[in-house]
Amino acid sequence: MSTPVLSPGAGAPRREGTAGRVGSLALPFDPLLAVAVVGLAVVSLVAIAGSTAEDIPGSPDYFFTRQLIYFLAGGLVALLFWRIDYSRLREIKVLCYGLMIALILLVFALGSVSRGSRRAIDLPFFSFQASELGKILLIVSLSAFAVDMTRRAADRRVTARLLLLGLAPAALVMLQPDLGSALVYVAITLTILMIVGVPWQHFAALGALAAVAVALSLLVLPAAGVNVLHDYQKERLTSFLNPSDVTGTEGYQQNQSRIAIGSGEKTGRGDQATQTRYDFLPEHHTDFIFAVVGERWGFAGAALVLSLYALLIWRGLRILTLSKNLYGALVAGGIVGMFLFQVVVNTGMTVGIMPITGITLPLMSYGGSSLIASMIAVGLLQSIYARGRQAAAGKGRVSPLQ
Amino acid sequence: MMEAGDSSLLRPSGGPPVAPQMARRVAILGAVALALFAVIFLRLWFLQVLTGDQSRREALDNRVRSLPVAAPRGSILDRNGTPIVENRVATVLTLDPKQLPAKSREDANAWGQAVTAWLEKPRKERGAAPKVPPPATPEVAERYRRLASVLGITAASVNERVVRQLAQLPYANIRVKVDVPSSVRNYLLERQSEFPGVSVDQAYIRRYPGGVGAAQAVGAVGEVSPDQVGSDEFRGVLSGGVVGQEGIERAYDRYLRGADGTRSVTVDAAGRLKGQRVAREVRPGNSLRTTIDAGLQKRGEQALAGALGGAGTAGAFVALDPRDGKVLAIGSAPTFDPAERAKPIATQAEYERRFGEAAGAPLFNRAIGGSYPVGSVFKPVTALAALDAGLATPDTPVSDPGFLKVGEQTFTNAGRQPNGTVSLRRALQVSSDVYFYVLGRDANPVEGQVIQSWARKLGFDRATGIDLPGEAPGTIPDRAWRARQNQRQIDWEKKNGKSCPPDCLYSDKRPWSVGDNIQLSVGQGDVQASPLQVAVAYSALANGGSVVRPHLGAAVETVTGRQVESIEAPPSRKVKMDATARQAILDGLHLSTVDDGTSADVFSDWDQDRFKLYGKTGTAERPPRPDQSWYAAFVNDPARPIVVVATVEDGGFGAESAAPVACSMLAKWYRQDASCAPGGSRTR
Repeated sequence: MSTPVLSPGAGAPRREGTAGRVGSLALPFDPLLAVAVVGLAVVSLVAIAGSTAEDIPGSPDYFFTRQLIYFLAGGLVALLFWRIDYSRLREIKVLCYGLMIALILLVFALGSVSRGSRRAIDLPFFSFQASELGKILLIVSLSAFAVDMTRRAADRRVTARLLLLGLAPAALVMLQPDLGSALVYVAITLTILMIVGVPWQHFAALGALAAVAVALSLLVLPAAGVNVLHDYQKERLTSFLNPSDVTGTEGYQQNQSRIAIGSGEKTGRGDQATQTRYDFLPEHHTDFIFAVVGERWGFAGAALVLSLYALLIWRGLRILTLSKNLYGALVAGGIVGMFLFQVVVNTGMTVGIMPITGITLPLMSYGGSSLIASMIAVGLLQSIYARGRQAAAGKGRVSPLQ
Repeated sequence: MMEAGDSSLLRPSGGPPVAPQMARRVAILGAVALALFAVIFLRLWFLQVLTGDQSRREALDNRVRSLPVAAPRGSILDRNGTPIVENRVATVLTLDPKQLPAKSREDANAWGQAVTAWLEKPRKERGAAPKVPPPATPEVAERYRRLASVLGITAASVNERVVRQLAQLPYANIRVKVDVPSSVRNYLLERQSEFPGVSVDQAYIRRYPGGVGAAQAVGAVGEVSPDQVGSDEFRGVLSGGVVGQEGIERAYDRYLRGADGTRSVTVDAAGRLKGQRVAREVRPGNSLRTTIDAGLQKRGEQALAGALGGAGTAGAFVALDPRDGKVLAIGSAPTFDPAERAKPIATQAEYERRFGEAAGAPLFNRAIGGSYPVGSVFKPVTALAALDAGLATPDTPVSDPGFLKVGEQTFTNAGRQPNGTVSLRRALQVSSDVYFYVLGRDANPVEGQVIQSWARKLGFDRATGIDLPGEAPGTIPDRAWRARQNQRQIDWEKKNGKSCPPDCLYSDKRPWSVGDNIQLSVGQGDVQASPLQVAVAYSALANGGSVVRPHLGAAVETVTGRQVESIEAPPSRKVKMDATARQAILDGLHLSTVDDGTSADVFSDWDQDRFKLYGKTGTAERPPRPDQSWYAAFVNDPARPIVVVATVEDGGFGAESAAPVACSMLAKWYRQDASCAPGGSRTR
């Protein structure tokens, strides 16, 4: 029989429209997820418009216009992914995985060097950051591999194999070097492993292994003359531990970010915001956009944004449980893991409790690659939701968790 | 593809997709998410709500900086409003402190604290000032060196400027050089990569239109020195501020200076200006209207320079309004171009060459600071004293064989020239020394040392109180003075354990003698006075006994010319002069300018009917140097009275070089075409 996770009607979802939704577009979607995404998009656009007005003399709308275009393009991409059945991606898992590896390798061959690391490929319109799309490709392909191996989920070798599949691209990305993205790959991999049901003992073993690896890379190997991490990466990872030491660039950024967010107080400084607008905090439209929110709209604004992310995560988890098949659940889990990790590490970095790792804030940070990757993820979530609701409606049943 | 039954997680197709194990894991994931969000929320609460105000202050400190805005300094005008000193906008080359390594700032800060500590110590215990730290890195040193070579200054001075200003205002642009020519400015700005952080600013600097002169009296501005900062005189001036350091610029600094404003600037992280707001308005300095007559001043400078062309090596002139002490002209030679002086000078040796002793100490204002024997121009003082004390009447005859023997000593006229029997008028006309020797000899035993007391009444032996720094009080020797000098020598020898060298400044330990009084009577011996003191004494003679307080300041005016304050200088005191005695002296002074008077040939074509002239030559002996030429004169013109005193060091006889200077100035003042040729009189 065909796999149970692929519903018979997967190729033609329109036939199973939920009650109340009619016509060719009558495909269920999660309105709360849409609200979270649109809300974050609006906050992102307003924050970018306010904080980058003086970044490029003569064109105050430069970043805003671009981010708006990225959002619109990302919206279309999300719609597209919502319409297509995500389950088909499982069939092309090898292609997806190969494409991911190829893209990452392509960056080594063609990529432009930005701040000492080779991460992006310059396309005619924007520079394409392969590792961002790679996150999605990893989620869809690793989930597919995981589904294939679930029968032996408790097997150490399965765990090891999946881990290897996830960590290989992570290692490659790390070589670019892009520590942040590599960590996201690891987070995605671990989340998928967790959802697929890898025994806790395996995680414990992994944890021990990771601790040994960290100790090796940070302490033992440098002492032996082999540097796994670049100095700036080590500085980033350790500077948050003593943010008052503002002599280094990293410490400076973290300190300025803390001042920016703190100075927003309860309701923010609005257009009086200077930390982010006057460039005291570099990267305010990309990695540190949460500091813009914190400074301009204070605790109220930052809490609102965090709530939107909480909503996003909650809807992600909800969709996970609604998935009609394991594959959808794993994809949703990978997406949730990716979002959760990025949001927590990024906001944690801006408030000074996490190291600076160069991880963007999904759906808010300026940047086409990250945004479009995030929107694909959102589209996949909607697609999983839609198929799940359709399947449930088709069976006339509702999940007990719903 | 897997079989449905194999899945440990999924129920067979059609069942709910979530198995209990997965639901548990999802719940764990949700719990982890919740915990992480809670941590972020709490941190936000701490940062924004609990400690937000502190961050707000830090953010404001980040972006708002206070920068001083220099106030334009007021102009100095002559009595008619002609500018003597004005402002000009000059290009200032600045260095952005952000382009320097943090160590530069730390070093400068440490140095600034050391200087502060050093200044807090009592003056005696200070020792040497803290040394300016060297450039922070070799790279910075190299930058200073490159910049210095383009600007024509030394790398050390670039470093010193940077350190000083960094210590004072760590974020303000550092002024490396003021008044940079446009060519240098363009050269530097076009090579930003070689000269990082170099930019330009504007400043007001002094200019001296019209070449009026009076360089020493006008004085100069300069950066306030570390120990002047915070003094009463320069209250409110920050280090690096420009204040008057000499002359009128210093005396009237608090009017001319104005008050610097403050600009509150908003900057971005790179220090780029994002907006600004005037926190405190600049109050421009007021102008000072002086009493100087630009035309007369120029003429005096020219005439004195001419006199220096011959034997003369230095000199001075003063012209006063005898009624109230307004200084109409005041000059000292050798002089200098104040605009040249305002420019930075590369080396100490170059400075010495241009402004040092070797150049004749041109910065020294001899008109007020010179301490000279005055020679025969002192004689009217002796005459007033003697007549007042009853030692003689205007008509008392004295036999002048050309010399006077007193005890062992013989005092002679110049060249032992006999003048026959002379009375006061004739004695002044031909400048008979013997006549005044006799008065000096006769006055010596008189109670109260009348010549000395009259000299002091007329303004000798003390500062005149002119509104300029650097006035010399001079000396009128008397018994007490000599005793003091002797005591100083004895003390010196006791302290140093050896006898005073031959050129000992103090004394020769001899007691006061009649010879001292005789020397005093003709303005010789230990007499020392400045040209200004002579002018004040002659003013008193001219106006009938009012000892004026000479002054240069007339009024303080706003930039637009509205008078803010009128400067009053009431006379120091009134001296009661016997009218007959004064008239006899005036007669004698007038006679000396006519017929066979000592300066008659200098004034041979002077219009004595319209501008009756009173004058006196002086030839002061200053062995081993040549004689110093003096001339003091006044015209009691009802509308424009004037006293002119001129002196030429090493200028020879009074009529020879000083009288022509005075004559030239008088001719200018009264628009006369006098020839003012050097006179041939060989008298003192």
